[in-house]
Amino acid sequence: MTVSRRAFLKTSTAAGTGLVIGMHLPSRGQAEADTAFSPNAYLTITPDGKITIVVARSEMGQGVRTSLPMILAEELEADWKQIAIEQAGASTVFGDQTTGGSASVRTTWEPMRKAGAQAREMLITAAAQQWNVSPQACKAADSFVLHAASGRKLGYGALATAAAKVPVPENPPFKTGGYKIVGKSTPRLDTPSKVNGSAVYGIDFRVPNMKYAALARCEVMGGKVADFDASAVKQMPGVSFVDKISDSAVAVVADSTWNAIKARRALKVTWDEGPNKDLDSATISKSLHNRDESKAVKVFSAGDVAKAEGKRVEAVYELPFMAHAPLEPGNCTAHFRGTECEVWAPTQVPQDCRDTIAPLIGLKPEQVKVNITLLGGGFGRRLEHDYAVEAALLSKAINAPVKITWTREDDMRCSTYRPVSLHKLSASLDANGWPVAFTHRIIGPSINGQKGSQPVQGVDADFPDECSFIYPIPNVALEFVMTETPVPLGWMRSVYALQMAFASESFVDELAAAAGKDPLAYRLHLLAKDTDIKYFDATWHTSRLRSVLQLAAEKAEWQKPLPPGRHRGVACFGCFSSYAAAVIEISMEGGKPRVHRVVDAIDCGQVVNPNILDQQIHSAVVYGLTNALRAQITIEKGRVVQSNFNDYEPLRMNESPKVEAHFVSSTEAPSGAGEPPVPPLAPALCNAIYAATKNRIRKLPIQS
Amino acid sequence: MPNFTLHVNGNEKNVSVEADTPLLWVLRDTLELTGTKFGCGAGYCGACSVHVNGALTHSCTMAVSQAAGKNVMTIEGLGANGLHALQKAWIAEDVPQCGYCQSGQIMAAAALLAKTPHPTDAQITEFMSANICRCGTYDRIRKAIHRAAGGAK
Repeated sequence: MTVSRRAFLKTSTAAGTGLVIGMHLPSRGQAEADTAFSPNAYLTITPDGKITIVVARSEMGQGVRTSLPMILAEELEADWKQIAIEQAGASTVFGDQTTGGSASVRTTWEPMRKAGAQAREMLITAAAQQWNVSPQACKAADSFVLHAASGRKLGYGALATAAAKVPVPENPPFKTGGYKIVGKSTPRLDTPSKVNGSAVYGIDFRVPNMKYAALARCEVMGGKVADFDASAVKQMPGVSFVDKISDSAVAVVADSTWNAIKARRALKVTWDEGPNKDLDSATISKSLHNRDESKAVKVFSAGDVAKAEGKRVEAVYELPFMAHAPLEPGNCTAHFRGTECEVWAPTQVPQDCRDTIAPLIGLKPEQVKVNITLLGGGFGRRLEHDYAVEAALLSKAINAPVKITWTREDDMRCSTYRPVSLHKLSASLDANGWPVAFTHRIIGPSINGQKGSQPVQGVDADFPDECSFIYPIPNVALEFVMTETPVPLGWMRSVYALQMAFASESFVDELAAAAGKDPLAYRLHLLAKDTDIKYFDATWHTSRLRSVLQLAAEKAEWQKPLPPGRHRGVACFGCFSSYAAAVIEISMEGGKPRVHRVVDAIDCGQVVNPNILDQQIHSAVVYGLTNALRAQITIEKGRVVQSNFNDYEPLRMNESPKVEAHFVSSTEAPSGAGEPPVPPLAPALCNAIYAATKNRIRKLPIQS
Repeated sequence: MPNFTLHVNGNEKNVSVEADTPLLWVLRDTLELTGTKFGCGAGYCGACSVHVNGALTHSCTMAVSQAAGKNVMTIEGLGANGLHALQKAWIAEDVPQCGYCQSGQIMAAAALLAKTPHPTDAQITEFMSANICRCGTYDRIRKAIHRAAGGAK
């Protein structure tokens, strides 16, 4: 795997919609039944009126199994109550199926609309032919085609067989408004199954005669198996297999998850701890501070920061490693059957799983079938194919179906992590306190670099989509100094946007304080003039950032004095083509911040399902505050120190604030929603702490 | 291997497993009741919450030998005779996101309402803080509990 799935996805997104409109939608291939109507791979309508929409992304809580079908159903003019969904596995017909980069809605908006529009036009044509009238005299609504002049109507089920014989239109017209499904708050289709225990996550999957496995992995990063003693463990209850399945893991197979976990605990493995056995967090931090910065690469620039004069302000910010910690621990079920292998994985990268597994077990990609289960959270952790590779290797080794389950400790200690980063910021202020120059140098390891993918214009391939700089300051320099680390890195919700926003939006607050100005007014002044800012292939608009900032401030009643002891902070940021702002209200209790209220505003273009967007914002607030307050992975003796939710504890209900989510009304094409609300949280909170205490937090987590 | 008899969701179940096997894995692997989830294995997250003789219990830290002879209620049993008021409220408020923690959340809420039929916000917060939701559905959980309780008193 040399191309980052996530970066690839973003490159495709950045290419814009022009390519997509002209694209040819894949067909379903061989018809399932002669009578079914399936104009493209996304849709089937059967004569009984059942409408099945295929979801080719992974459901990890962000609602794709509801919002993506809504897009298609809108153009189809379908009755939403008749919609059923089908989860696609790793396929060759849907393009890149990676679920990440807040991209599911924005990259499927065009194909899902087209899929629905094609079918609608064909159903209308089929009805018009039966009635011997012009298609223009007919219209579609609520899964019927109507002929107003004669009052005749036919249901989609009744038309399915005839519609299947109509040529598929290559460029069907899209609706231009009058949406009945898109933009309406719609209950999630998966909710009933998630309140009665029937929803099937990866960890719940089972096949007949399946074995259960737990793996011993070296907790020292990069360590390998030197030796192990299987003899005692093989006598333990239910244990059927103990052996190495890779250089760095020994698998224990048993007749139940518990017997496998218990035997693995008893297994004596001697590790070759390798070159990282003395690595610790202090050394890693020091290496960032002492890094030679002469090789800094420009991410973005305007004017010439070196020539700017004025009052100089400088600050350094630092962030730790963080763990995704989805609540469903890593797991995967695989069944190797000689010339084929079937996998059931809670994965964000089904195609990467397929393509990585195949050569490792001596098969071709087309011999590996990857099914996507429900994901008990993702947050980027399941952009890695590690669980699936382990399951496939082990199934081949024991020649039987097997489910591997990671423990929470495995997940904390043998995972991939959000990279550490150091941020050196400086600015020059004019006599009125407005910045004439702004420099932000990020020093840290590159996720894509570690995974072996090529930089884009010299920087980590994630930067084009995950960052922005929307203040039209005359002289700006964003720079990246790429470092290396042996700590495994992964893409964690909002990725570099979180780091960049924490440093940048804390620093803007410092500038406002240095200028003696209100932090909201300061930002609004900087964004006052409508300006388009070109950043890589994207164009950012000050007007849209200003609008979300104003919306959040207005709803938070920024101008209204707070009761004694209450303080506010604000921050805003653009990433994944969306704009977000947060106003956070806190009090200080025993020297610690207590967050009472978060008012969040987002502009992510056309909102597909306000119900799910509201969920995403609530989620982003709790996730973002957890990151800010205490999410920290530390390293000692080459190992992760944290082990479970006692020492890596997500926010609980008693620390979660009242959340108010607001959206800018927009008809722009939809952009990201899962990640963009996260980055403003940490700086808004730290800015509130500054307002309360005059103490500036420059290192996360706050509670360290 | 020792045998144990459990009363699970009103049905008598005989299982033959190691005595130290956590109830969680008996439910999930032996009885195939996978609605009860594994989250931490140490009683920190509440994803494995069930009722044992009516008491809210982390099934990941209770050995099957301790559950023997007792009545165990899981998420599958809660709505066996029509959805529980909490399950209806969870649907009405559209609480779940990834949904993985929600069986445990609902079982915890059921234990709360059994003792405190009309909890205040503060009572909900105190009781429900034993359960982690990584997707941050806390606001909607609180609303759903109020809805099921018919409001605070």
